[in-house]
Amino acid sequence: MRDVAVIGVGMTKWGELWEKSLRTIFVETALLALQDAGLDCIDSMYVGSMSSGLFVGQEHIASLLADYLGQTPVPSTRVESACASGGLALRQGFIEVASGMSDIVLVGGVEKMTDVNGHEATYALGTAADQEYEGYHGLTFPGLYALIARAHMEKYGTTREQLAMVAVKNHRNGSKNPLAQFPFEITVEQVINSVMVADPLRILDCSPITDGAAAVVLCPVEMAKKLGKPVIKIIGSGHATDNIALSSRKDITWLEATFQAARRAYDMAGKGPEDIDFIEVHDCFTIAEICVIEALGIVERGKGGKAVEEGLTSLEGKIPVNTSGGLKSKGHPVGATGVAQVVEIVKQLRGEAEARQVKNARVAMAQNMGGSGGSTVVHIFEKE
Amino acid sequence: MEGIVGYGAYIPRNRIKVEEIAKVWGADAASYKKGLMLEEKSVPAPDQDTITMSVEAAKNALKRAAVDPREIGAVYVGSESHPYAVKPTGTVVAEALGATPEVHTADFEFACKAGTEGMFVALSLVRAGEIKYGLAVGADTSQGAPGDALEYSAAAGAAAFIFGRENVVAEAVESYSYMTDTPDFWRREYQYYPQHGGRFTGDPAYFKHIVGAAQGILKKAGMKPSEIDYVIFHQPNGKFPLKVGKILGFERNQIEPGWLVPKLGNTYSGSSPMGLTAVLDISKPGDMILIVSFGSGAGSDAFIFRVTERIEEVRDLAPKTRHLLDNNKVYLEYGVYAKFRQKIRKAA
Repeated sequence: MRDVAVIGVGMTKWGELWEKSLRTIFVETALLALQDAGLDCIDSMYVGSMSSGLFVGQEHIASLLADYLGQTPVPSTRVESACASGGLALRQGFIEVASGMSDIVLVGGVEKMTDVNGHEATYALGTAADQEYEGYHGLTFPGLYALIARAHMEKYGTTREQLAMVAVKNHRNGSKNPLAQFPFEITVEQVINSVMVADPLRILDCSPITDGAAAVVLCPVEMAKKLGKPVIKIIGSGHATDNIALSSRKDITWLEATFQAARRAYDMAGKGPEDIDFIEVHDCFTIAEICVIEALGIVERGKGGKAVEEGLTSLEGKIPVNTSGGLKSKGHPVGATGVAQVVEIVKQLRGEAEARQVKNARVAMAQNMGGSGGSTVVHIFEKE
Repeated sequence: MEGIVGYGAYIPRNRIKVEEIAKVWGADAASYKKGLMLEEKSVPAPDQDTITMSVEAAKNALKRAAVDPREIGAVYVGSESHPYAVKPTGTVVAEALGATPEVHTADFEFACKAGTEGMFVALSLVRAGEIKYGLAVGADTSQGAPGDALEYSAAAGAAAFIFGRENVVAEAVESYSYMTDTPDFWRREYQYYPQHGGRFTGDPAYFKHIVGAAQGILKKAGMKPSEIDYVIFHQPNGKFPLKVGKILGFERNQIEPGWLVPKLGNTYSGSSPMGLTAVLDISKPGDMILIVSFGSGAGSDAFIFRVTERIEEVRDLAPKTRHLLDNNKVYLEYGVYAKFRQKIRKAA
């Protein structure tokens, strides 16, 4: 396998982009990534998108987006793994470059979620749950994560305040990210008193509905050096699955797919949790971030809430988590999220993260999760 | 000098509180009260509709104008709840007022700005010299689907204005319209309740068009927000008019006198026109008033009026709008409200 580098990243401001269509959002972002890489042609492309069919009534978007990017006839593939679609698209691009099948691969992620109303968006997102065992009985994602949160509170004593602190931390980071959908700070009191969604989760525990895209350009490390680009290597890639229905899991507070994907990524990279300088994780709900840092081995099982409270994961902490603002503050256009995590990591490792810059960081990790944890993709990056 | 020669409002006496609606739907009343600044709304009685409320408001306008109804050359009623799909509201209103048969009538419909559309046309016909007096009414018994966010605001009320050239109480200084095709809210034929685009009704619809119309008319008139004494914006909830006022550079004391929505609800076509009646009730000669409506679909009409000395003579000839809003109220429980609004059907 060849070593693979990320040589270009692109992202535009996320939010309710009423004036822009899915293809516009994607193409603007992809062009930024190509410009950043200093390239105008690619060998192939991958697009992560969870549900363009339900959100905008458009399938077959791999070809559509290749066309609007002016890249036909290159092969273009859409990748779907619910909210992990973007991370999985990155893995496919990584495998293609590493295998020698292609040299330059564009990996993008996109979701246009505000063309439908809130009920339709909730339904579309709900298709990532087990329809027969969860969806038909009325469970939605806030409901599923509320079950996880309640179980975590009962089992480990995680508190309502600790959940809120995840959102507060991520908004503090996001307030320093000009591309974030909600770039402002919030308080623990605001979270705890916000509108109830699914007990114990309130609206400020939940990531928003967002229009947005993100894109990166991959190539072999040798080529990156020839192009004179800063070399950010992908040194580990792990992908794992789990039961998608919560009821099939032994312990709903434990994210086995995240644990397994991380183990594979650590093994490939020859690194362990102690080597990681900062992480972007999938905080679709505040409880998710707590469970994820446990499964990644950053903290002991059951200690995620405590770690957040003690500041371990804050921007100034030992292992900053979600310096971008995370899904909570930056936004969560589902298919784009896994790619946007890489955009943040590359900016940080290049020293381009401005007010939210992590000092002296060399190794970073991205964790992108589908549904309530039925699929997870983990990547580890290193600055050469 | 063309302008308003008489004005009047009407508000049904029934009210329902936000808490009473939220209780039924298991919703969070506090978030509507704090987030949207809504407390209660007016509810029409079973025998009240856009026609009866238009007549009430127009009679109040006639009392203030003190003109012979037979000299009214145009009767325009703007509403999205005309009682008939086919058969005009305007003919019934004109007949009830004694304005028939030498009169032109038309029903306007443009979501919440149908009232100011009638005002725009009536004023224009007076300016053109085609008619001596023109009556324009904005009235609605607004519909909101049970449990929908709209149910907390959809209210009932009417405002009427008689335009003419003599004995004007408020001179029309400028008028202006701003619109685009923006589908933020709609109701198809045979649908009982409207549908809306949720948050899409905000920035790209309400805010864009009100800001466009307000800035357009101020530029046309060569005026700054600080030169306006009172400003009235369309009031779908309590928050939007305050927010758009801030964006445009108006102070809260310029907005509050015409800001009726926390206790009234959104009277759709009657909304900003009723705010104008409340402002006229308290204004002094020389005051400059800006009114900007908004109708989904979407567009805004804007007018600047200058109040004359005559306001002092006519103000007390009919009930003041705040008086109608604050007195003689009857609070309904949800069940009776549901019956009044025909949300439950009686056996035949």
